[in-house]
Amino acid sequence: MVESLGKNGRKRTPNGPARSAVLDMRTTKNEVAIEIIDLNKWFGAFHVLRDIDLKVMRGERIVVCGPSGGGKSTLLRCINRIEDWQRGRVIVDGTELTEDLKTIDEVRGEVGMVFQQFNLFPHLTVLENCTLAPIWVRKMPKVEAEEIARHYLKRVRIPEQADKYPAQLSGGQQQRVAIARALCMQPKIMLFDEPTSALDPEMVKEVLDTMVGLALDGMTMVVVSHEMGFARQVANRMVLLDDGQIVEVNEPAAFFSHPQHERTKLFLSQIIR
Amino acid sequence: MAADAQSSYIRRAVVEPEPPPAAAPARTRARLFDGPFNTALTLLSIVIVVALAWPTVKFLFIDAVWTGSSRLDCLSETVGREVGACWPFIKAKFTQFMYGFYPASQQWRVDVTYALGAILLVPLLIPGVPWKGLNAILFFGAFPLLAFFLLVGGVFGLPHVETRVWGGLLVTLVISFTGIIFSLPLGILLALGRRSHLPIVRTASVIFIEFWRGVPLITVLFFATYMLPLFLPEDWRIDALARVLIGVVLFAGAYMAEVVRGGLQAIPRGQFEGAMALGLGYWRMMGLVILPQALRLVIPGIVNSFIALFKDTTLVLIVAIFDLLGQLRAAFADPTWATPVTLFTGFAFAGMIYFVVSFGMSRYALFMERRLSIERSH
Repeated sequence: MVESLGKNGRKRTPNGPARSAVLDMRTTKNEVAIEIIDLNKWFGAFHVLRDIDLKVMRGERIVVCGPSGGGKSTLLRCINRIEDWQRGRVIVDGTELTEDLKTIDEVRGEVGMVFQQFNLFPHLTVLENCTLAPIWVRKMPKVEAEEIARHYLKRVRIPEQADKYPAQLSGGQQQRVAIARALCMQPKIMLFDEPTSALDPEMVKEVLDTMVGLALDGMTMVVVSHEMGFARQVANRMVLLDDGQIVEVNEPAAFFSHPQHERTKLFLSQIIR
Repeated sequence: MAADAQSSYIRRAVVEPEPPPAAAPARTRARLFDGPFNTALTLLSIVIVVALAWPTVKFLFIDAVWTGSSRLDCLSETVGREVGACWPFIKAKFTQFMYGFYPASQQWRVDVTYALGAILLVPLLIPGVPWKGLNAILFFGAFPLLAFFLLVGGVFGLPHVETRVWGGLLVTLVISFTGIIFSLPLGILLALGRRSHLPIVRTASVIFIEFWRGVPLITVLFFATYMLPLFLPEDWRIDALARVLIGVVLFAGAYMAEVVRGGLQAIPRGQFEGAMALGLGYWRMMGLVILPQALRLVIPGIVNSFIALFKDTTLVLIVAIFDLLGQLRAAFADPTWATPVTLFTGFAFAGMIYFVVSFGMSRYALFMERRLSIERSH
């Protein structure tokens, strides 16, 4: 069922015709999915991101952590240009994000995002939330979009909620719908902005399980999270961001057992009880 | 409760859910008369209601004259008793109130327009009737065009009817309908413009909105009717009613813009971000995600504007366009029906029409609000 999606303007297979020359150039593994070069951003006079350099390879899972106000969310939101920046470059999947709105929307179609507050559309049913972008951005026929939506709703284990409105669901269910909604665009990269921070403790696990499933499928993921158990389980690399700077980047085992930077040691000592 | 003395407790038996206790007995009656103060208030209210309602009923029905052919039938000297509403006056002038001086042989065109409008509007208003999209396109797109050709004529063998002879309820409805269906889209565009990131669009929207909100409607109508022709070239003759319509639409649009803006501001940032993250461009984000929510929030404000607009149409009287109220006042001048009660009868009649339409809009809006909030209980 989902294999048939390839026909629909979306090229999932490496041999399939790509949508643009730019996208054509990337097809092999071991390739850069996201490249952030010397990124600097100010909120007014406040220098929120400072000289950020980060490369994320295809299939890699990065977990970004750090104290609040350190710029984690802002960094994540630059990757699909929900925030703009004053200096530096962000290249996603071979396409550099510029002022050009068309490029931005194209990249956003390739990059799924899951928010702390879910940001589901309350006036639409769960199914309509999931089919909105495929129908209007991908120009997919409604029947096919619904088929895909049901597939992903099953995947996040809430197929029976398709016709409810978001407000009728629990927080954990809403967040899983949000993940399904992002997946319906069949993104190459998924961004998670503190996906479990607004959830009741009982619901954190169901969302994390869904994310682990995604990671096991080889999705490229950048996750801002303080769920250290999750980070240990799925992350390829940990990034600690503080005061708008990358303080430490390391593999999880080393990051947790032998943090190098003083700031990392302090941070870990404060969150791991 | 479980652990008064013990420090630990383990539940052994499940407490089954029970139906709630019987509702408290209706306390309304008790409250109306509990204590001397409330009793006094209740009695006072009854007195006020009776004092207002009784004369009304007496005037409109009991003392009313129902048949007759001239003022003589409505004079207390001739009838020999106190006289209430003079309904024969309304009957005699009814055509004028409805159509103004629209030629009698052509009045069927107005009726056909009303019928078409009703046929398209009623299914649009009833939830659950299918083909809402097509219905909306027909009502908001095709119907105004059709109505224009039907009413104005000059095509399809229909004789041309100048807008000068239009009048009565026809003009009232034409002005308010045009105002309503054009001011909402205009208001939405202006509201979006006012929140735009493009400085020129934003400034232009702000200037437009503030200008039209800053001038009274009477000024707008005067300007459109008497001043505008002075500025325009001789051969640029725009129909007087059309000028008024444009004035009303721009005026109402500016107010609508502020109502819609209120709704837009109430939508959390996350909704914009959620839509953007999915790759929806600006117009799709607004049209599919933001506006459907924003407009629902401001239904009361929108309907408020519609009702105000409907009643404001009476101001066209001052630029010699005779809407329902205008025809009414013209009819007062007719010596055939000059009686002490003619004025009250006429205003009572017009008041009822305005009230039915405005109250209808208001109730329908309430109904829609409730429906929409049931759909997705927040």
